[in-house]
Amino acid sequence: MPEPVVIGKDLRKAFRAPGKGGEVPALDGVSIEVCAGELTALVGPDGAGKTTLIRLMAGLLAADGGSLRVLGIDPAVEPQRVQDRIGYMPQRFGLYEDLSVQENLDLYADLHGVTAEERGERYPQLMQMTDLGSFTGRLAGRLSGGMKQKLGLACTLVRSPELLLLDEPTVGVDPLSRRELWVIVEHLVREQGLTVLTSTSYLDEAEKAARVLVLHDGKALAQSEPGGVTRVAAGRCLVLDPGPGNSARSLQARLLDDAGVIDAVPEAGRVRLVRAAEAKPGSAPETIAGLAPSPVEPRFEDGFMVLLRGTAAHEAAVDIRLQRPPSPAAGGAVVEVRDLVKRFGDFTAVNHVSFEVHRGEIFGLLGPNGAGKTTTFRMLCGLSPPSGGTLRIAGVDVRSAGAAARARLGYVAQKFSLYGSLTVAENLEFFASAYGLRGPMRRGRIDWAMRQFDLGSHEHTASGELPGGFKQRLAMGAALLHEPDILFLDEPTSGADPLARRAFWRRITALAEQGVTVIVTTHFMQEAEYCDHIAIMDGGRVLARGSPAEIRRRAHSMEDAFIAVVEEARTREAEAQA
Amino acid sequence: MKDQGTSRAKLRRIAALVRKEGLQMIRDPATVAVGVVLPVILILLFGFGLSLDVRNVPLAVVLEDSSAPARNLLAAFALSPYFRPQVVYSLQAADRLMTAGAVDGVLTIPEDFARRFSAGDARIQLLVHGSDANRARIMESYVEGAVGAWSARQSAEEGAAAAGGPVNVQSRLWFNSANDSHYFLVPGLIVLVMTLIGAFLTAMVVAREWERGTFEALFVTPVRSGEILLGKTIPYFALGVLGLLLCIVSGKFLFHVPIVGSLTVLVAGSMLYVMVALGVGLLISSYFRNQLVASQLTMLATFMPALMLSGFLFDLRSMPLVIRAITYLLPARYYVALLQTTFLAGDIWPVILPNAAVLAVMVALLGYASRAVTHKRLG
Amino acid sequence: MLESLLRIVALTRKELLAVLKDPRARNSLLLPPILQCLLFGYAATYDLNRVPYAVLDRSHTAASQDLLSRFDGTGLFERVADLSAERQVDDAIDDRRALLAIEVPADFARRLAAGGAADVQIIADGRNSNTAGTALGYAQAAVDAFNRDWRADHGRPGPPVTVEARAWYNPNLITRWNMIPGLIGTLTMIQTLMLTAMSVAREREQGTFDQLLVTPFRPAEIMAGKALPSMLVGVIQATGVLLVAQLWFRIPFQGSFLTLYAGLILFVLAAVGVGLVVSALCYTMQQAMLFSFILIMPFALLSGLTTPISNMPPSLQYFTRINPLRYAIDIAQRVYLEGAGPGVLMPDLWPLAAIAAVTLAAASYLFKHRLQ
Repeated sequence: MPEPVVIGKDLRKAFRAPGKGGEVPALDGVSIEVCAGELTALVGPDGAGKTTLIRLMAGLLAADGGSLRVLGIDPAVEPQRVQDRIGYMPQRFGLYEDLSVQENLDLYADLHGVTAEERGERYPQLMQMTDLGSFTGRLAGRLSGGMKQKLGLACTLVRSPELLLLDEPTVGVDPLSRRELWVIVEHLVREQGLTVLTSTSYLDEAEKAARVLVLHDGKALAQSEPGGVTRVAAGRCLVLDPGPGNSARSLQARLLDDAGVIDAVPEAGRVRLVRAAEAKPGSAPETIAGLAPSPVEPRFEDGFMVLLRGTAAHEAAVDIRLQRPPSPAAGGAVVEVRDLVKRFGDFTAVNHVSFEVHRGEIFGLLGPNGAGKTTTFRMLCGLSPPSGGTLRIAGVDVRSAGAAARARLGYVAQKFSLYGSLTVAENLEFFASAYGLRGPMRRGRIDWAMRQFDLGSHEHTASGELPGGFKQRLAMGAALLHEPDILFLDEPTSGADPLARRAFWRRITALAEQGVTVIVTTHFMQEAEYCDHIAIMDGGRVLARGSPAEIRRRAHSMEDAFIAVVEEARTREAEAQA
Repeated sequence: MKDQGTSRAKLRRIAALVRKEGLQMIRDPATVAVGVVLPVILILLFGFGLSLDVRNVPLAVVLEDSSAPARNLLAAFALSPYFRPQVVYSLQAADRLMTAGAVDGVLTIPEDFARRFSAGDARIQLLVHGSDANRARIMESYVEGAVGAWSARQSAEEGAAAAGGPVNVQSRLWFNSANDSHYFLVPGLIVLVMTLIGAFLTAMVVAREWERGTFEALFVTPVRSGEILLGKTIPYFALGVLGLLLCIVSGKFLFHVPIVGSLTVLVAGSMLYVMVALGVGLLISSYFRNQLVASQLTMLATFMPALMLSGFLFDLRSMPLVIRAITYLLPARYYVALLQTTFLAGDIWPVILPNAAVLAVMVALLGYASRAVTHKRLG
Repeated sequence: MLESLLRIVALTRKELLAVLKDPRARNSLLLPPILQCLLFGYAATYDLNRVPYAVLDRSHTAASQDLLSRFDGTGLFERVADLSAERQVDDAIDDRRALLAIEVPADFARRLAAGGAADVQIIADGRNSNTAGTALGYAQAAVDAFNRDWRADHGRPGPPVTVEARAWYNPNLITRWNMIPGLIGTLTMIQTLMLTAMSVAREREQGTFDQLLVTPFRPAEIMAGKALPSMLVGVIQATGVLLVAQLWFRIPFQGSFLTLYAGLILFVLAAVGVGLVVSALCYTMQQAMLFSFILIMPFALLSGLTTPISNMPPSLQYFTRINPLRYAIDIAQRVYLEGAGPGVLMPDLWPLAAIAAVTLAAASYLFKHRLQ
């Protein structure tokens, strides 16, 4: 057995964090082995330590403790020797946006000393692999998210490195491009025997690796081939059908609150759950919530959630009670969009989009980056005037009665848009004033938000220093202070911590049950299952609209369905233009 | 495995980085704004807008005596290139003009002027506005000079012995016989432009690269940290030299400032200063990897001192000890001395060599410091 | 109406809190203007208090020594060299060891005794012609003093015409007295304009601007909520500089504080207006910073602080009419040194009000229409 390409033992690294008091351990005794010719995946939520570990291997950081050898070299001592031989793609690749595709490639080729003949061989391969051949003259800043990642990958592969390190190469990229990127990586491993270490927070991607290291809070929860993690959840996975007329979502919410349930997700109209205790073999299947469960094979995600729950205490049951639930609409849709158009110069970002949302519904806008969903969203929130079409919110035309419409809606932006230097309490006070809340009502609402979103422990901490989950809760609390009828959430779960995501959707479900209309954009396809209706957008148009069940009819998973819809649309367009 | 350490490999990598930087420079509007637009604005402002010369000063003349000598004196002022006299007939009218800012001074020729002049004891009153003390003082001396010259001519015409002090001052202004303030403003302009490009622009660009994260990917390649440094400094050095040439050309052909010394010395000294400025910009942005902070700090640490404390505008010898001590730390001070001498006086080695030597030492120190803080580490 | 005001107050409060809590912003509030005022207050002077000079005294008589003692006695001149040859004069000036070189001819005393006139040559280093001119002026004054006394001693009549010079408002013609009131406006403008310009861009980059727009805030209210804290900061900084001028440099204040502050408030309003226009046009903080820097440069250089406006070509003089700093400097100098009242200052006050009105209106329009 040849020696592993990377051997790390008991690695420790801590960073100084001002305001959090002392040091924050990014890695706490992690050991890892990466074998040649294999694809190894680092899996874990944000802040788990994946990037730190990769940076240690790349010689960009020096560990505080433990030992690390990459290709037999200690990267802390001789980083240049390591850097001469490996390829590395950081999380924000940082392409030179003012340089064209070709210029970026040539730069890296020059830096790696790739001769002209070698380039003559290599470039066509890279272009074919990434499908960027017709874009060589385009400035890197003008590429779509997926194309940028592909270019980044190509730049690391101008020559064959002995080890390829990829830090979350698919984050934020649309499912189509994600799939394409993985095809490239798998091809490299299979056909060229490349050794690849990649980190990802997409759990389905981890299953494709030969070996997986699960990280959480700087500690390694497991290192084995993916099956090893999956098997942890063996015998605990069940599927429940809520029955006709009942929503999977509400069932899932109830189950999540149960201490005996580690995880529950709505899927394909049913609820898939992972139980805390293993089923005793041979025992009769009991009923859960009055329904008969059917056992099912565990998946990687299930094993992962079991491991994760093992570290965190079970969160108290979430129960958001609105003080004054929205009044039932007189009838008709709460949000009505007809033939919405938005043009920027001669570029049409939103091209005749129409849909309707009813009271108490959760509506999802799905689509890759650049599809136009953010632009549509901004028009819905009144942040951007439409170039054409009509837009009515709660019966009010947003274009003409902006302020009146805005008082009825709440908005949580992707970056949470909180005032970083103000404390939790001060942020809430400000937004309360912004919505005109005064006197005892104001006090009451602020107390409500603090209680419901469990913010009391950090009341006087600056919001910029809060952990991610807290920020999300604070942002939601601030958006709900004025008890809006409609809640707009822009990519609210981009943090990708599965526990936080579950908690988030639990709250949304509770709100929807009380009559709040929720409109969400997301690029996590599986979250579409939480929605009552979804619209899939690409290239400024709505490609498919309907309930998740309807959309899923085309394929067996949401993600596949999405890809099918988008690919179909793109081929149709290409044919039309030909 | 290739040998990445050969000098040919090094050169190739540096060339690639320089090319990348050059492309970015041309395509980035911010760089163009600071590297081209701002210098051009400065050149135009300094050349056309700023002037400390005292010429065509509007002067109100209260003519209380309408005799021939008085009118004669008035004519002398009218002929002088320094003044633009305006006759008024009452002090109140003159005061009003002065208060309104229409004139910078009031000259009163009293009614007994002619009489007293023959007696050898005439007096005229000059009132200057103290709001621009510098200008006022110069005006005073010009008026006295004009009056003195006029009365000497009158005495000569009448055959009387020239009265007045036994000692006459014959003054000569070396290196600037035209007494044109552009002669010293334009070298000052050059210091500012060099500082802008060398320190400010570089700090902004390097901090921006840290912010965007492009360094991270760059680090994990065969490129060495010294090469990264060179890849950043060479293009901005070249831009600095271009800026220098632009300033010299506009100085000579647009503003008619002579270049008495040799161009070689001028360019060589400027190159030294640009390198110092680059070093400062690199150091600041290596430490403060935030564009805003780096830019503002560089502005405070290099540009403002170059404007106020380098000696091109305000004389260093008259500053309090503490401030003078501070100026010894400023590279701009040495560069201004070099520039002013080379432009106006010629190749005066006792001035050029020591100043250039100090700049060279600074280049070495800063180069060493930049090298020390530039390493391929993120933590 | 009330709601509107309350919202504006909330936004103002939030802005001030954000500034006060950020240690970097807090430090750059008062410290830089005061430090800069001190530094530039001392450095920015055209007055000379130390003129190094070299002497080539060919006469070596009591008379020449008497003449030279007039220079040494003033405390302004510092003799750095006693030369013995013509060539050395060149060196002394070239090497910048001396600013002036005085040559007393060999027959100096003889000619004086003979009742004629004696010429003394003074050579000045013209590399800075302004400084040279000032130095020559001081030299002339020293020679005049010698002449007066000599004439008195020897019963010679004085020159037929004497100029009696007086200066309004700054009797000793100390340039620092002009500069520092001028700095009140200059330092304030630099900080205020940049702060305001970046405030909206910062929120855009952080994403909080979208959040603001989704709330009931109207664009005009957001503008007011941004303008008020900047104005407050601007006035506080101006006060800081004013205090330095009064308490440290001890420049006597002749006017009324009320008038000064009225003018300052108008000025800060105008500066904030310009800053708001910039912030409405820029999407990133870097753009805002560069834009405001490109504006501040001509504003500061063409304001009359260091070089007089009357020396500028007519086209540039027209430009200074839209430069709020020009008026601020004039107001500050006139109130401070002359004790000017509002009536006299009208030609400065109404342009400031006009600039403020135009820029605020433009910013308001841009805010409303460029929000996407």
